[in-house]
Amino acid sequence: MIWEVFRQERRGQAFAHAGSVEAPNLAFADDYAREQFGRRGESVALWVVPRDSVHAIEDFVDELQKNYHRVDGYPLKEKLAKARERAATA
Amino acid sequence: MDQRETELLEYVQNGGQVETDDWMPDEYRARLIKFIEMHGNSELMGVLPEREWILRAPTLQRKLALTAKVQDEVGHSQLIYRVVEDLGKPRERCLDDLISGKSKFHNVFHYPTKTWGDVGVIAWLVDAAAIISQKALLKCSYAPYARIMKKICWEESFHILHGRDVVLTMMLGTDEQRELVQEALNRWWGPLMQFHGNPIPKEDDPMYIWRIKSQGNGEARQQFLDGYVPQIWELGLSVPDPNLRKRDDGVWEFTEPDWAELKHVVTGHGPQTAERLELRRTTREETAWVRQAVLAEAA
Repeated sequence: MIWEVFRQERRGQAFAHAGSVEAPNLAFADDYAREQFGRRGESVALWVVPRDSVHAIEDFVDELQKNYHRVDGYPLKEKLAKARERAATA
Repeated sequence: MDQRETELLEYVQNGGQVETDDWMPDEYRARLIKFIEMHGNSELMGVLPEREWILRAPTLQRKLALTAKVQDEVGHSQLIYRVVEDLGKPRERCLDDLISGKSKFHNVFHYPTKTWGDVGVIAWLVDAAAIISQKALLKCSYAPYARIMKKICWEESFHILHGRDVVLTMMLGTDEQRELVQEALNRWWGPLMQFHGNPIPKEDDPMYIWRIKSQGNGEARQQFLDGYVPQIWELGLSVPDPNLRKRDDGVWEFTEPDWAELKHVVTGHGPQTAERLELRRTTREETAWVRQAVLAEAA
């Protein structure tokens, strides 16, 4: 059974994926994760998760072109240049 | 090559990275498995020359440090075999192929460790040569391998510290100790120069074409010489190659490494190959009951 391991380097930081271990049950997964990702003080916490429990999402369809959610929906640079031009000639 | 393959090739050549569940051409997958498996084998076999010195280490501190290094390397092989498993080849099959001699491991792990001097030279210079290859893998087009390499490089840098400390301590000792280091260096220089492989131009190297490796073999060797020859010289050691010199343009010249020896050794004919594989085979048999008990208890 494969377990995905996430580690937190310092308190307050986000957990990041560290790697995976193969173990027959949680007790062994716990031991292996500690040995692989915690024995040099490189982590303050680990999350050990069965791989099957991770639901992955990789498709982000934007059918309605909702660019107002994104930075590219606000092309300020051109408008600002025009506005400055106009202000200078007013 | 069909269009999908061409697109993936272009993608990786432009710095794109591939994940486990992405579609990939059979050739790319096969090359990844072969290369990464060989790396996993090398981490596992690489502990055997050092293991021989755990009981003979000169101090308790050295014994503990060497044991820790062995644990690190076995841990690396576990992480690397995990990457291979996700590409489709189970760990048990990797071990079968290693023991039967079907798959390979690095040339340097086929040689004996005659003295404590060898232990220092291995931890310092073999690990230094390895870290140069491994740092170039941080940019590997196969992302799960590149990510795990970050942790591995970090631990290998510890080993170089340990090796350098062993060598420095001996170089500060008696004439006999200094002689042990020089003899070890003489023994290891040939295999070290062969370590990065034959100088095939990287444009012709399929491993570079697929961006599994990000540098050519010759470049890696130059980097090794540039980084470590000055460190060897400053200790009063000499490198056993009369043709070794750095040109004005910064390129190192050296005697052509013995490629016939490299081929002979990695195809299973090194001085310690048979003995070490036999040890791997018997320990695997002797510990089979542990795996059975663990898996039975977990089921």
